[in-house]
Amino acid sequence: MREMIKMVVVLTVLSAFSGGLLAAIRNSTQEKIDYQKLKFVQGPAIREILDGSSNDPLVDRLEVNDNGVERRFFIGKFDGEANTVAFETFGKGFGGDLGVMIGINTKEDKILGVRVTTHTETPGVGARAKTDLDFVSQFNDQTLAESYKVKPDGGQVDALSGATVTSRGVSTALSDAGTIYRRLKPQIEEKLKSAK
Amino acid sequence: MPRSLTQEFTKGLWDEIPPFRLVLGLCPVLAVTKTLENGIGMGVATTFVLVFSNILVSSLRKVIPSKVRIACFILVIATFVIVVELLSQAFTYELYLKLGIFIPLIVVNCIVLGRSEAFAYKFGVFRSLLDGLGIGIGFTLALAALGTLREVIGSGNLTIWGALKFTDLFGPAFQPFQFMIEAPGAFVCLGLMLCGMNLLGKK
Repeated sequence: MREMIKMVVVLTVLSAFSGGLLAAIRNSTQEKIDYQKLKFVQGPAIREILDGSSNDPLVDRLEVNDNGVERRFFIGKFDGEANTVAFETFGKGFGGDLGVMIGINTKEDKILGVRVTTHTETPGVGARAKTDLDFVSQFNDQTLAESYKVKPDGGQVDALSGATVTSRGVSTALSDAGTIYRRLKPQIEEKLKSAK
Repeated sequence: MPRSLTQEFTKGLWDEIPPFRLVLGLCPVLAVTKTLENGIGMGVATTFVLVFSNILVSSLRKVIPSKVRIACFILVIATFVIVVELLSQAFTYELYLKLGIFIPLIVVNCIVLGRSEAFAYKFGVFRSLLDGLGIGIGFTLALAALGTLREVIGSGNLTIWGALKFTDLFGPAFQPFQFMIEAPGAFVCLGLMLCGMNLLGKK
C-alpha cells in the first residue's frame, strides 16, 4: 500500500513539474515562434508572390472567420489599391503535408503567383516543387480555375517529372484554395475596402 | 572495476559510440544525415536531451520506485524533448524545418532511454552527466561523419552553417550520386562505416 501511494505521488509530482516547465517555456517562446514561422515559412513565399507591392504584406493582413476557422490573408497593394490577397492551403505530398501559398487578384480572379511553403518531399525529386520555379510559374496570370488536376489524371497541370504525387498535392491545395476563395470572397472584399 | 570519470566520458566517443558500437538509435541516423548540418543539429538536440534527462533521472533515482521507473524516464525524456522542440523552433527555425518529425522522435530513441535505465538510474549525478555528454557527443560525431560522406558524394557540395561552403568538390563535371541522398544510400553508407570501424578496432 505504501509503495502504491509512493508511485502515485512520484508520478503526479513529476508530471506536474514537467507540465509547469513546458508551459513556462511555451509561453516565453510563443511570440518568437510565431515570428519565425512568418519569417521563414510564409514570409519568403509571400514576398515573392506579392513582389512589387507598395505595402508590407506581412504587416497588412486580414483575418476572416470561415465556419469557425480563422483564415489569414496577406494583403498586397498594387497601383495604390489593395487588390490582391495571398493565403496558404495544404495538400498531401509524397512525404507529408504540403503547404502552398497562392496570390489572387480579387478584381479579376487571376492568379498572381504560387509558391510551395512547407514540405517534406524527397530532395531533388518532389522538393523541386519549391525550388523549380518553372513548375509553379505555370499558374501565373491565369484565371482561377474550378479545380486543378495533373495531366496524368486528366487535368491541366504540368506535373514535375518523377514527382507526380507532389504535383498532385499542389493541385489539391490549389483546388482547395479556389473553393475557399470563392466562398469567402464577399468577406474578403469587404475587409479589403476597409483596409484602405 | 569501476571506471574513472574521464573514462566515463570518453567511452561514448569510441568504445561505445552509439550508432556503430551499440548499433542503437538508427532511425535518426539513417533519416536525417542527408547533410552535415542536419546531422550536427540532430546530434546536438539528442545530446541536450541525454544530458538533462540523465541529470534529472540520476538525481531522482532514490525517489523513483522501480516499478514505475520506465514511465518516469519517458516522462522526463519527453519533457526535455519538447523543450528542445520549442527552443529549436524559436531560435533555429530553419534547422527545425529540416529535422521535422525527427525531433519529437528523440523520445523513442533507445539511446536516451537506454542511458537512463542502464546508467543514470544506478550512478551519481556528475557521473551521469559525463556519461550523457560523452554518448551525446559520440552520437553527434557519428551523425556528422555520415552526413559529411552522404552530402559530399550525393551532391558534390558541403555546407557548414552557410559560413563555410565548398561547392563542386569533384569539379564541375561531377554527376551527383543521388542514390546517397536517399534512404538506401544511408544504409549502404552506415554499413560501410560499420565495416571500417570493425576493421580498425580488430585486435
